[in-house]
Amino acid sequence: MSGPSTYNPKSGLERWIDARLPLPRLLHDTVHTFPTPRNLNIWYTFGGILAFCLGVQIVTGITLAMHYVANANLAFNSVETIMRDVNYGWLIRYIHANGASMFFLAVYIHMFRGLYYGSYKAPRELLWIIGVLIYLLMMATAFFGYVLPWGQMSFWGATVITNLFSAIPVVGSHIATWLWGDFAVGDATLNRFFSLHYLLPFIIAGVVVLHIWALHVPGNNNPLGIDVKSPQDTVPFHPYYTVKDAFYLVLFVILFAAFVFYSPDFFGNPDNYQPANPLVTPPEIVPEWYLLPFYAMLRSIPSKLLGVLVMGGAIVTLVFIPWLDTSRVRSCRFRPLMKQFFWGLVVCCVLLGYCGAQSVDAVKFGIPMVWVARIASIYYFAFFWLIMPIIGLIETPKKLPASIAQSVLGDKAAAPAE
Amino acid sequence: MRLTNLSLGIALGLLTSVSAFAAEGVSTKRLHPKAAEFEFEGPFGTYDRGALQRGYQVYKEVCAACHAANLLSFRNLAEPGGPGFTEAQARALATAAKIPAEPNDKGETTDDKGTPLMRSATLADRFPSPYPNENAARASNSGALPPDLSLIVKAREGEAHYVYSILTGFHEKAPAGFKVTEGKYFNPYFEGWNITMPPPLTENGVTYSDGTKATIDQQAHDVVTFLAWAAEPKMEERKRMGFGVMVFLIVLAGLLFAAYRKVWKDAH
Repeated sequence: MSGPSTYNPKSGLERWIDARLPLPRLLHDTVHTFPTPRNLNIWYTFGGILAFCLGVQIVTGITLAMHYVANANLAFNSVETIMRDVNYGWLIRYIHANGASMFFLAVYIHMFRGLYYGSYKAPRELLWIIGVLIYLLMMATAFFGYVLPWGQMSFWGATVITNLFSAIPVVGSHIATWLWGDFAVGDATLNRFFSLHYLLPFIIAGVVVLHIWALHVPGNNNPLGIDVKSPQDTVPFHPYYTVKDAFYLVLFVILFAAFVFYSPDFFGNPDNYQPANPLVTPPEIVPEWYLLPFYAMLRSIPSKLLGVLVMGGAIVTLVFIPWLDTSRVRSCRFRPLMKQFFWGLVVCCVLLGYCGAQSVDAVKFGIPMVWVARIASIYYFAFFWLIMPIIGLIETPKKLPASIAQSVLGDKAAAPAE
Repeated sequence: MRLTNLSLGIALGLLTSVSAFAAEGVSTKRLHPKAAEFEFEGPFGTYDRGALQRGYQVYKEVCAACHAANLLSFRNLAEPGGPGFTEAQARALATAAKIPAEPNDKGETTDDKGTPLMRSATLADRFPSPYPNENAARASNSGALPPDLSLIVKAREGEAHYVYSILTGFHEKAPAGFKVTEGKYFNPYFEGWNITMPPPLTENGVTYSDGTKATIDQQAHDVVTFLAWAAEPKMEERKRMGFGVMVFLIVLAGLLFAAYRKVWKDAH
């Protein structure tokens, strides 16, 4: 997508197509010869894994939509019909349901990898921001999707989340009514959520194209965080990274399949096997695991409006990271101080997730969980708005290697390329 | 083995209930379900056909008096991965069941005396419901609604163990200081400890045709197996396919690893 093209049409047909629509040239330059740093590690395979996840969700989702009925009276049983009477319907639904969890697992690893190696820093700011946008779209899509089976947790989850908008002063309750299409979560809500759940993945796919485009202009960052300086620093994407990505993808699929075939309800909530009932509130309303850290932040703040603002702020913060990090060095590998604060952030996010799964007044090991959530939330914001700018200024980074090739190949790098 | 675990579970359960009681007055949080063992657990577990057939009998003779199972049809009884009835047996079971008939040629749904018209079920029909509607169900059960059993095993935290514990948890004594609500029954495995359902299973409450002794534990084990199948009828197919998929993926991963090593041999 960038740099001089190395495509060389071999046959007359290829030349004919290339002169009219250079699609083969585009593919050749992006997935075949694309020069990729030779030192990418396992954490860099998650981009490809995420593309796979999106594909799986779209294919299984379209198939499920052929049998699903978006109607408050029929939705629950239509899902059970898929599970019982549609050929391999159980398989398709379990792949789709667990696929959402796998998608988020991969995206969280992908995001933390970007944070650790400074992949958001110039010239990759837009690449990062587009990524945040994809993450936001993913959360919306997953939320809409979770509502569709119309079980108890679907219904009450939708009620809790849409009610958050009513915290906005003056217009809040009108916005909630507008979102519902009714005066409560009901058939109209279910229908529009289904419509949006079908639409958003294609928007995600479009934004993913932008993400890859924005990746291919500056090229990949790498674990050293230093720029590619010579062709010796890179290898062609194919076969080097096609084979590496494929291997790690299959390992990922093994984990995926273990859930689908042996513990398909692992990420689910038993309450969602009870049909939605507006008259019975479940004792605990819990979102899916991948939204729990934000849910914990929301609940740790006594004021609803403030809680919503903090939760929204936690995501909006991500957009500013490229400018909050003042360090000249990208990779945490050479940032001894930042590395420790980074792991602190990982721990806090996991803690927040844990707190989000507990009841509001839970006390574990004598510690009220709401306070754990509060401290972890404070660290989350402090990490980005205070620690990141300050550490970048005061930290003395370790010495960077001269080049990727030298770091990987050692003395061999000095030898002329064959 | 199952019985040892069971007694251990009960002992532990009582201990925890006593200590919880001693610690904070009357805590009516439900006990952790008993550690019963079921043949269908584990990556290679399958439903025990005998237990499924006996469990269907318990369901039909005991549970179905108050509980519906709306997602199940008689045809399911003869489907692969299920109780293993032959199609003829399933048809006979269907024929014996009476369900409300469709309007007759004159458009009537009741006879001259106002009695609803009934007909025999077919393989395609769903299991009959004990009550015509929710209000009727509540009216007959002191205001409580007996939940539909089609998905009960998957719809409860603790799954099969929870349902098993409820069914076998009635004989435990309420701790001193806990007063069982009028018209309810003590069951420490149920949240709040007061359950509206009367103890459904009795020793030899059903007569098994295969000679199995119908203890309460045996009936509970059988009916929970049946309900687990009702909630997850494709489990055997799922685990079987999963094994093939896993073998395939592991072989593929091995091949890709070899290819990966070969391609990268000189690159790092």
